[in-house]
Amino acid sequence: MSDSRRNFLFKTVGASSAAWLTANWPAEVAAAEKAQAMGAFTYFSREQAGEVDTMAAQIYPTTDTPGAREAQVIYFIDLALVTFAQDKQDIYTKGLAEFSSHTGGRPLGTLSADQQIQALTAIEKTPFFKTVRDHTIMGMFAAPQHGGNFKKIGWTQIGYDDSLNFRAPFGAYDKAEGTW
Amino acid sequence: MKKFNPSEEVDFVVIGSGAAGGVMAKQLAQAGFSVVVMEQGNWGAYGHEQDYTKDELSNRFPTEQDMLLSDPKLQRNTFRRNASEKAVAGNHNYGCVVGGGTITYGASSWRHLPYEFNEASKFGTMKGTGIADWPVSYDEIEPYYTQAEWEIGISGPNLKTPLIAPMSKPYPCRPLPLKSSGALVQKAAAKLGLVVTPNVAAIITEPYNGRSGCINCGACSGYGCQTKARSSSAVALLPIAVATGNCEIRVQSYVREINVDAGGKATGVTYFDKANNNREIFQKAKCVVLSANGTETPRLLLLSKSNRFQNGLANSNGIVGKYLMSGNGGGASGLFDQPLNEYKGAVTGAAVLSYVPNDVKNRGFYGGGRMTARGQMSPMQYGLAGPHGAPSWGAGFKKALMEQANRRLTMVNFISQLPVETNTIDLDPDVKDAWGLPAMRITSTSHENDFKAMQFFIDKSAEILKAAGATEVWTDQVNDSRGGAHARGTCRMGNDPKSSVVNKYHRAHDVPNLFVVDGSSFVTGGRNHPTMTISALAYRCADHLVKAAKTGNVTI
Repeated sequence: MSDSRRNFLFKTVGASSAAWLTANWPAEVAAAEKAQAMGAFTYFSREQAGEVDTMAAQIYPTTDTPGAREAQVIYFIDLALVTFAQDKQDIYTKGLAEFSSHTGGRPLGTLSADQQIQALTAIEKTPFFKTVRDHTIMGMFAAPQHGGNFKKIGWTQIGYDDSLNFRAPFGAYDKAEGTW
Repeated sequence: MKKFNPSEEVDFVVIGSGAAGGVMAKQLAQAGFSVVVMEQGNWGAYGHEQDYTKDELSNRFPTEQDMLLSDPKLQRNTFRRNASEKAVAGNHNYGCVVGGGTITYGASSWRHLPYEFNEASKFGTMKGTGIADWPVSYDEIEPYYTQAEWEIGISGPNLKTPLIAPMSKPYPCRPLPLKSSGALVQKAAAKLGLVVTPNVAAIITEPYNGRSGCINCGACSGYGCQTKARSSSAVALLPIAVATGNCEIRVQSYVREINVDAGGKATGVTYFDKANNNREIFQKAKCVVLSANGTETPRLLLLSKSNRFQNGLANSNGIVGKYLMSGNGGGASGLFDQPLNEYKGAVTGAAVLSYVPNDVKNRGFYGGGRMTARGQMSPMQYGLAGPHGAPSWGAGFKKALMEQANRRLTMVNFISQLPVETNTIDLDPDVKDAWGLPAMRITSTSHENDFKAMQFFIDKSAEILKAAGATEVWTDQVNDSRGGAHARGTCRMGNDPKSSVVNKYHRAHDVPNLFVVDGSSFVTGGRNHPTMTISALAYRCADHLVKAAKTGNVTI
């Protein structure tokens, strides 16, 4: 079992109960929740999901801190493609089909890390890569109820506090200064 | 809410519900006149503002019924630098919801300074520009600024300095709290001898007029306010208009034409009822008030062609759409050692006023600007824009993103832009909007003087950031604007019907019962903070219109 497939099984509960998505795409969200509860996907095939998950893990890698894989970005993208980003489905389908020419027809995850970066660098100017890049970053930093940013991993890394309101002092410099 | 039948002749149709339309609707309805407000957009969260989302994803990708801004894919527009170019698809958009641009704006609410109303006689004109005096003086408009500030709800500092317009009454609310952006520019100001103040904002900081003060949530510019603290037309003005029982707000109603009779008087408006398969409906009215913003207002006049007005309504002199000032900016950013956390609180942290006045001799250009300090970025926005000087993905991206998070300060500047006759809004001859009407075409290149102004403010921004202790500073490129929310000048006011579109009370010179009031009325642009002046002009226009209409004659 590949590393990425093992990671898919991390997801054991539906994480897509955002009111906004449910209100606008009820059937799609229900299907996604059901699929994800079984470690499956609603838009992607397992092979496609493996490929996109590996791409995301290079775009926002796991270093000494968690990356896109731990933030479960793949579920964010899978849900995005059947909800607010339906218009991007073709970019993924065509992009994935064409990408295999850069990996010798093998799954990206079977290449070494250097080879993966090389293959992705070769396509980094394409609309496909740019879309996956943007979706990966959105999956890191959108609210967790949209499927990614698992346990607020992304927000924690950039010091974002999602409280509903704040009181001064807000940052280090106004704290030092006091008031106007 | 009162509902009118379109075949019923109402006293006023007001086109647009933003900064000007909201004032007009309220003042006219309170005076007892029947008013229908035509709003192209939807309700937004009118009346249940707590439902405005703080969720960045749904704010960024709103479904059609939740849109707060126009969509350049539907409200199509094109752009070109000059008349010899073929226009390409443009990205111009504007507030498109009940409340218009005031729902999502940063809420800066600076008055124009007295000399910004008579620049031609005070400083002279300049070749290649249409610099002219306004037909109203600061003294005439001052009481309306005060009325607007107190009715709408503005917070700000109460300082007496030549850098701020003199006020007959202080602001009703105390200023927004100090942020790190403000603390840092204060530090720079102490070294450089600059005047720094809290921003003047249409954001209440304490309970006012039945609304509660700002809770510094940070979902500010670009979001609808969840607590009604931002004094939008939708919370400060329109509910009062509706409560009179004289005013209907008709949403998803896209006006395609102002109709006129054979005698040249407006008879009402024809609009697409979007919720009803875009059926065309005619709303009859005694008088039409056009407040659709500095770009859509001239476009609608140009769309309203008739036998009598073959070049578009109120355009016998060909001035409609000319002298567009779409707003110039440019600045610099810097990184600091400690977190600023600018994502908390209102978007604008402070204003630097020292370069507001003209100083042609020392600076080598005409004009000035108001500098603001800010660093507000929400998480996705920050990630997508990426850290400075780093790769756009991979381990280097991630490392820099984490290191630079919350440590960035940007000087965003609001700079004068000269009125130039060849900068225009007109109808694109080839491209149609999603409703089949000719798309808006923007043609704009700033006067050469304004490029010097932008460069000056970019350089000053870097100087301030360095003096504030930034560890790294980078500057914007001079970037001439291509459209945007601060459009002004396209239906300029004036006493001479040959060289202006509306008179000093905003009545169209050509059409006795058509009033045009919004950013399009501006003669010169000020320092690119237009909203407070739009509000004040509307209060003044309404005052005269009410008096005239009460005597049964709007043709003052």
